[in-house]
Amino acid sequence: MTTSPRARSLIVHALLIAAALLVLIPVVWVVAAGFRTQISLLSGAFWFSPVLKNFNEVLFSKTSDFLVNYRNSLVVGTLSTLICLVAATLAAWSLNRMSWPRWFVHIFLGWALVFHMFPALALASAWFTIMRTVGLDNTLTAVVLAHTVLNLPMALWLMGVFVRDVPVELEEAARLDGATTPVLLWRIVLPIIAPGLAATGILTFVFSWNDFGVALTLTMKQTATVPVAIAKFAQDYEILYTQMAAAAALSILPALVLLIIGQRYIVAGLTQGAVK
Amino acid sequence: MKPSASAAAQMAAVVAEPSAPAGQPAAADFQRGLDERVWRWLTLSPALLLLLALSVLPLVNLFATSFFTVSWSGGHSSFAAAGLNNYRALAGDTLFRAGILNTILFALFAVGGQMLCGFVLALLCTGVTRGRLLYRTIFILPILVPGIVVGAIWKLLLNFDFGLVNQAIALVGIDPLNWLGSANTALASVIFVDIWHWTPFCFLLFLAGLQSLPQDVYEAAKIDGASGWQELTYVTLPMMLPTIMVTFAFRLVLAFKVFDEVYLLTGGGPGTSTQVMSFTLYQRFFREDQTGYGSAMSVAIIFMTCILLSAALAARGRMGAAK
Repeated sequence: MTTSPRARSLIVHALLIAAALLVLIPVVWVVAAGFRTQISLLSGAFWFSPVLKNFNEVLFSKTSDFLVNYRNSLVVGTLSTLICLVAATLAAWSLNRMSWPRWFVHIFLGWALVFHMFPALALASAWFTIMRTVGLDNTLTAVVLAHTVLNLPMALWLMGVFVRDVPVELEEAARLDGATTPVLLWRIVLPIIAPGLAATGILTFVFSWNDFGVALTLTMKQTATVPVAIAKFAQDYEILYTQMAAAAALSILPALVLLIIGQRYIVAGLTQGAVK
Repeated sequence: MKPSASAAAQMAAVVAEPSAPAGQPAAADFQRGLDERVWRWLTLSPALLLLLALSVLPLVNLFATSFFTVSWSGGHSSFAAAGLNNYRALAGDTLFRAGILNTILFALFAVGGQMLCGFVLALLCTGVTRGRLLYRTIFILPILVPGIVVGAIWKLLLNFDFGLVNQAIALVGIDPLNWLGSANTALASVIFVDIWHWTPFCFLLFLAGLQSLPQDVYEAAKIDGASGWQELTYVTLPMMLPTIMVTFAFRLVLAFKVFDEVYLLTGGGPGTSTQVMSFTLYQRFFREDQTGYGSAMSVAIIFMTCILLSAALAARGRMGAAK
């Protein structure tokens, strides 16, 4: 087995490019399908002249609520991410830096871990009942609350890692200088964990944006989020393939933007904890 | 004399609490202890309340409801005590049994496939210097795509009449297959789609793991004349074992929750060939409005998850003891 380094490198690149194509082609093909007419797609012709009809229908037709769905997803994603970040950061700091008994910390984090493993659908049924009891059924508040608690364990875990990176000496020095807890958190801890917040925040937003099961069970027509709307396209009596493709293309826009501007944070968030 | 005096003054300045007048350290301590106790609870309370209200309470609610038969009429529910009937019914529910079996098959094959593909890709990627970042960017993409969109993408690609997959196999002379509509290929297709969706996640964790391995071990192996294969099996794999275990556990848990792709690709069919636990639960609870029975099923699924979790922890404990 003697292959020259050059040949070896060529083979490796060829395999990697093949894998990259396997990832890209499905996505590109579906985005392209969003620009085709139903007839052109069904005929299976390779070449087609692009039309904007599907995007027009999805976004602006009277029968489509996609813009409302988009707004719902943005509102739910943003609010649940903000609440989740605040709750998780404060709790992670409290558990790591305040004098809680060990058993309490273990039970708290242990419960969060166990809860994270439950299938969301198993809890969605109970959330549905509880939200109905308190009059929050079919509201965006219900989805915001559900997504917040759904992402809380991951956020707790990640923020715990980032909070532990803040030097204890720095916090003690601030205390000696008379800093109260809010001042300490705002002026000392927050600036240091800012990159961690970005990583956790991006992931929380993406997971909220992507969630289907919980949103499906807690929403109706006017409160539906983007994934619920896309599923609707596939389930109508006559499947509107090209419109579904257009909606799918629109739904991955936020993820693409985040991938371009925040890849560093996404990688940090996803690999944190697994490797450390 | 002078320097030591200024040092003492400095120390005094550091020790004294500006808020507390000199000579009253007890009051300052008390103030600080109070501050500590108050803020300890204040900082924890948002997360604590969220978890109590939306994870503990729902679980109690599910458990309580599972002992009743709930019937709905005109938006109002009436409860009738059912004892253990709901749990007894679970044993005879063929849909639920098919769901468990398929979920196990799905999880094992999908996660196994993702781990293998992800590891190979990560190994290849550490071997190149040029374009590594570009490859990584492309490979991350599927992780960020919503599960339902992954389902939509592959529902189009695997379509019998016009899907790209059937067009591609036609080029090499294979007859078109009804990937999602035939009981023989439906589960395998769903597994394939999940591998496409989550291989990138495994890849990312393995890449990070490989890049954090110490390089001197590889140099030592090279000096000892280890072949590429030996290097992989005796150096890389043992050192990567913790990362591999974490990735496996992480993915397995998520695979047991699978719902989105199945919902859109096959809807559990044909027959019960792609019925998975979460989907069975959705059907029983939300489509058939069997609130009591659905709650019992939720409790059973959560119970099984806990068993899986404790088995994983026990395995980890044994591995730790063997070391």
